[in-house]
Amino acid sequence: MAILINKDTKVICQGITGSFGAVHTKGCHEYCGRVVGGTTPGKGGSKDDNGLPIFDTVRQAVDATGADATMIFVPPAFAADAILEAAAAGIRVICCITEGVPVQDMIKARALLDDMNGGADVPAEKRRVHLIGPNCPGVITPGPKSGAGRRNADGSVDCYTNAGVKIGIMPGYIHTHISEAKLGKAVGIVSRSGTLTYEAVWQTSHRGLAQSTCVGIGGDPVRGMNHIDCIRMFEADPDTHAILMIGEIGGTDEIEAAQYVKQHVKKPVAAFIAGRTAPPGRRMGHAGAIIGGADDTADAKIAALKAAGVEVAMSPADMGAAVLKAMKL
Amino acid sequence: MKIYEHQGRDLLASYGIPVPSGQVIDSIDAAAGAFKAATAGQAKALAVVKAQVHAGGRGKAGFVKLVNSPAEAEAAARFMLTNRMTSPQTPPEGLEVTKLLMASAVDIADRAGGGKEEFYLAITTDRKSRRNILIASREGGVEIEQVAHDRPEAIIKEPLHPIVGLQAFQARNVAAKLGLKGKHIGQAADIMVKLSRLYIEKDCTLAEINPLVITSAPDDRVVAIDAKFSFDDNGLFRHKDITSLADAKEENPYEVRAQKFGLTYIALDGNIGCLVNGAGLAMATMDIIKLHGGDPANFLDVGGGATEEAVTEAFGIILSDPKVKGVLVNIFGGIMRCDVIAQGIINAATKFKNPDGSIGFKVPLVVRLEGTNVDAGRKLLDEARAKIPTMQAATDLTDAAAKVCKAV
Repeated sequence: MAILINKDTKVICQGITGSFGAVHTKGCHEYCGRVVGGTTPGKGGSKDDNGLPIFDTVRQAVDATGADATMIFVPPAFAADAILEAAAAGIRVICCITEGVPVQDMIKARALLDDMNGGADVPAEKRRVHLIGPNCPGVITPGPKSGAGRRNADGSVDCYTNAGVKIGIMPGYIHTHISEAKLGKAVGIVSRSGTLTYEAVWQTSHRGLAQSTCVGIGGDPVRGMNHIDCIRMFEADPDTHAILMIGEIGGTDEIEAAQYVKQHVKKPVAAFIAGRTAPPGRRMGHAGAIIGGADDTADAKIAALKAAGVEVAMSPADMGAAVLKAMKL
Repeated sequence: MKIYEHQGRDLLASYGIPVPSGQVIDSIDAAAGAFKAATAGQAKALAVVKAQVHAGGRGKAGFVKLVNSPAEAEAAARFMLTNRMTSPQTPPEGLEVTKLLMASAVDIADRAGGGKEEFYLAITTDRKSRRNILIASREGGVEIEQVAHDRPEAIIKEPLHPIVGLQAFQARNVAAKLGLKGKHIGQAADIMVKLSRLYIEKDCTLAEINPLVITSAPDDRVVAIDAKFSFDDNGLFRHKDITSLADAKEENPYEVRAQKFGLTYIALDGNIGCLVNGAGLAMATMDIIKLHGGDPANFLDVGGGATEEAVTEAFGIILSDPKVKGVLVNIFGGIMRCDVIAQGIINAATKFKNPDGSIGFKVPLVVRLEGTNVDAGRKLLDEARAKIPTMQAATDLTDAAAKVCKAV
């Protein structure tokens, strides 16, 4: 079943004619065939290289295709507007891949989304619209590789699956569907980082695990979904057997997630926190990865997670091993 | 991005927030004239000379000085412009000072019950509540972090509405809580509303007035003495007026150079250079080096591309740090194939121009590649070992960290 997205999800790309948007529309479409079109204002009525219809507005795209998810690749200055356009058009899952969105724009956008959902305190599973990102790799629910898909021109097999769906820039082929996992169990992954998530997917796949859904929530200080939102959805998902949470320095999300896990989560949980060696006051690449106070440090987060019974990998090389340990496999 | 104090004063003034009169000088000769201008009309001629640097700790270092004559102003200017300023916040060799602010000294009213009428006022963004927030305290002029730690009840916090911002009534409530009376309530509330508008419109991450003071009678009004701003780098594209204030000499030259090539570089104290794609993986790579007993020399995120040009530039930046005794490359090839990345690394290392002018990579280089087409990538690295004798390929993260720590 997975969380957020599944084989019935229909995806559009906002910014489909931009260089980045076009490349990843192709990548997602080849992985799962679930992309149904895209938008670029002023280019409506034409088709992209994959033969997908282009619309001027998200409203038109939703009316014509029944899309319920979007990935946003528009430039940072227009990202908040694109998020709100998608939400107003009835899109349910919004992935904002765009990096460099001003914090003040996100404060307003997030407040308006919270209003649409009936308030910021409404639990994740009851929200009408889910925002993932900005500045994130996206979300993927892997499908079996035995599907009738295409291969890349150079012979590499980054694609293809059936019954899966990929919304974002992650390499699809490293993910494993439960039907192809040696151990027959699936882990749900939630992470603030891109390539570190790929590393975790790679490690879990190589150790015989599948992934139910992987959500890259992004590295910005004000964003959509956070760790807790994904963890509570994974806890309720019958196809997720364990949870891996990848955090980093900055903010207190991981500490709140630890408290939530302690009180409400029955499934095995493993974690890794990046940035134990990061100096205070320096922004480590992500806008949100900066140590401001005592709760922001990796050590404070690791201590809170351990106190909640979470299996914490101290080395990034041990993320896969930590999941197996938490699952007692 | 940070700006100088005098630029912050100008920013406050442009929003109609009262600041003491003053001017910026860059020579000893200009000090006497600036003193006379700043103190014109004062009953008792008194001015303050302040070095314009981004680092704090100026007062203790002798780079903020009260002066009461043109001769004293000149002596203070001579000291600050001919000595380097060192404080706990500067590099050990100190900072050169080229600009001074000469401002009229403000006579601060006495507070009933002791002390002076000094307050703290700031706007910042609280990521937990996803709101901008006004922070105020009666205990101004001191380290606010210390106040927050020792007496959290002395800190007033008022969230700004995400759409309509700070309302005047909220500002008056805060002014009243600060213990202000009479006309000072309206004056302080007006400053708060203006500061909140400035904060949002200019994409700040911090807008701080410390101290905000009440001047002695007969002046008797609320004035901002010192201001500190920092800005959201992601919002700077719409503020040409702010970016034009950036001072390249105050930034780390390597970090500026890295930015030009889409790299994120932060210098650290160790001796193992790191070249990684992705911020999270870059932090994790630093961590695993430390776990294996090594010490990272830098954080470097080469971005999603990891092209030959980017890798070449990254190598140049990493190795311009003389402390670096070895380099670890850790790339997870997702969208970009490992064989392309490997070829880029090989080309960059082979053609690498050392700081002494010689060609070819000399320090130990450990490369860990994973992802699309990894076997082809590793094969290329193996074949290139004759050309780059200091290079080793690693099989996984642990192996990579162990190898580079052993090599340095």
